[in-house]
Amino acid sequence: MSRLLARLLGRLPIGWLQLVHQRGRFAAALSGVAFANVLVFVQIGLMSSMGASTLRPYEFFQGDILISAADANTLTDGGNVARQWLLQALADPDVVDGMGVFVAMVPWDRGETDISLTTFGIDPFRTNFLAPEIAADVDVLQLKDAAILDRLARGLTREEAAAIRLQTPLSFETQGRTLTAYDTFAGGGGFGGDGYLLVSDQTFLSLFPARSSGAPDHILLQLRPGAEPDAVADRLKLLIADSTLRIRSYADAMDEEVRFQQTQRPTGVIFGFGVLIGVLVGIVIVFQVLSADVADHLREYATFKAMGYGQGFFLGVVIEEAVILGVLGFIPGVIAGWGILTLMATVTTLPLFISFEMAVIVFVGTVVFSALSGMIATRRLAAADPADLF
Amino acid sequence: MEDVDISIQTSALNHYFGTGEARKQALFDIDLQIERGSFIVMVGPSGSGKTTLLTLLGCLREIQEGSVTLLGQELRNATAAQNVRMRRRLGFIFQAHNLHQSLTAQQNVLMGLQVKGHLNQALSDKAAAHVLSLLGLAERLDYLPANLSGGQKQRVAIGRALVGNPDVVLADEPTAALDWETAAKVVDLLKQLGQARGTTTMMVTHDNRILDRADRILTLEDGRLVGDEDRRS
Ligand SMILES: Nc1ncnc2c1ncn2[C@@H]1O[C@H](COP(=O)(O)OP(=O)(O)OP(=O)(O)O)[C@@H](O)[C@H]1O
Ligand SMILES: [Mg+2]
Repeated sequence: MSRLLARLLGRLPIGWLQLVHQRGRFAAALSGVAFANVLVFVQIGLMSSMGASTLRPYEFFQGDILISAADANTLTDGGNVARQWLLQALADPDVVDGMGVFVAMVPWDRGETDISLTTFGIDPFRTNFLAPEIAADVDVLQLKDAAILDRLARGLTREEAAAIRLQTPLSFETQGRTLTAYDTFAGGGGFGGDGYLLVSDQTFLSLFPARSSGAPDHILLQLRPGAEPDAVADRLKLLIADSTLRIRSYADAMDEEVRFQQTQRPTGVIFGFGVLIGVLVGIVIVFQVLSADVADHLREYATFKAMGYGQGFFLGVVIEEAVILGVLGFIPGVIAGWGILTLMATVTTLPLFISFEMAVIVFVGTVVFSALSGMIATRRLAAADPADLF
Repeated sequence: MEDVDISIQTSALNHYFGTGEARKQALFDIDLQIERGSFIVMVGPSGSGKTTLLTLLGCLREIQEGSVTLLGQELRNATAAQNVRMRRRLGFIFQAHNLHQSLTAQQNVLMGLQVKGHLNQALSDKAAAHVLSLLGLAERLDYLPANLSGGQKQRVAIGRALVGNPDVVLADEPTAALDWETAAKVVDLLKQLGQARGTTTMMVTHDNRILDRADRILTLEDGRLVGDEDRRS
């Protein structure tokens, strides 16, 4: 290692030699950096899984434009949209088809655990609005009180989910009715609900008698191939008399919700703070260690100054130490972070993992922030006056 | 004096410590000319200004009044960068060894060489090992300072000062930690370097046996140069 660094630096690897000479401090510094890394990994893992799980229900559908109520910050929030606007939207030459989507939370008493399913009411005859893997199975929704259940829902075991099929359906009581799941699909637990449920709009309205078929929660539009969703959305804003409605491309709707979840919802903000705290913890630890190290070596550094070494040399030594701490601390950090996220993923069924991109960003961030802390730590070097050595 | 090569020259050199009421003059009107390759010993009671003069000659303190010409270059008003460059041509031996605790004997000596820029690693290693063997430490190359005796550490520090072939060696009581035999060896080495390479040595010491080997003895008292004895003739 010494030889390699000497090659790399073109000088004695003083920083490395200094670090390994004080094993206790070195180990403490490495665990500090690793700890900061774990914090950051867990937080951005949660954040990115929040992004992914926020977008998950959007993937059940196929559409180009989504019309929602003004206060519908998410798919499940906010008021509803009058169906008359769907008819009006169809007047635009680029709009070829439209469907109302109903959504509500449906509680399911599972004995020891009560879970809550995000339930979509859709038109089972309009399979063109559904993702192909879902569209293939929705025929059964034409049956009264039929449902397709999320096989990844929390509180449902793999075996239970696997057993659900047309011949052996699973029935359960909710909202004073008996729903029967004849099939399953891959949804996934999110931050808002424990899983998903698909029913027909008819079944949805019988579960929620207060809702009306004339006012779904969202309107999904499909455009003529080649049409520009943003341009059409702009035209629809003029065409549709209710100016409070949110009319935007499906892609924009997805972006808006992710941004909302990450910046407006407490969970998102907390994850953001978690990342900040992780970074701060890392900076403080590296700074503490390096400035203590500089303070311990003031006499040696003063001697080197007397011998003719300049500021650049000392900066180089401290940055060498910082980069070593960053690189070597990252390794246990990424391993522990991965372990913790994997464990959390099994417990929560959230898509929690460290992507290659995340790892690269955190690695670069760790090294850059370590180097910055190191630079700040060299300020104590000014106290090394070679004239005091004689 | 006409044809002699001068490596250190001072004229009307004064130095003060502190400001205002506390201002105190440590050196008064020092005029000196030191020949290249000579072995100079400086003596004087405690507080007479010996160390102060060494730090001025070593570009470690700013020249306040008067002039110092070192190796043909005026130090008065020199920039920080000029001082750093000049210091690379000097060898410092301090009273305390000031070795880096995390570096081996050989690595400490290498630091004296590396300051000159990027050098071939194998050659540098060899040069450092050679200097240490001249100082009787051939068997101790890979020892950390913690595992060396006081005298051995001081010899490593001397090796570090000499490995880069300095033009001027400035030493402040360097032999205090050494037994006479080793001290004599170090003095002989410095005198040899003076003959062979023109290395000038300015050493503060109270050891009479070293005084006997000096080319010239300077005596400071209360910040004034009160004695200047040429021993060669
Ligand atoms: N950094 C300083 N600040 C203030 N006064 C100083 C400083 N260094 C030296 N002095 C004063 O300058 C005078 C000369 O000190 P110097 O250290 O040069 O003496 P010296 O001859 O080396 O003494 P010694 O034999 O004890 O080492 C002394 O009066 C000392 O108190
Ligand atoms: Mg002194």
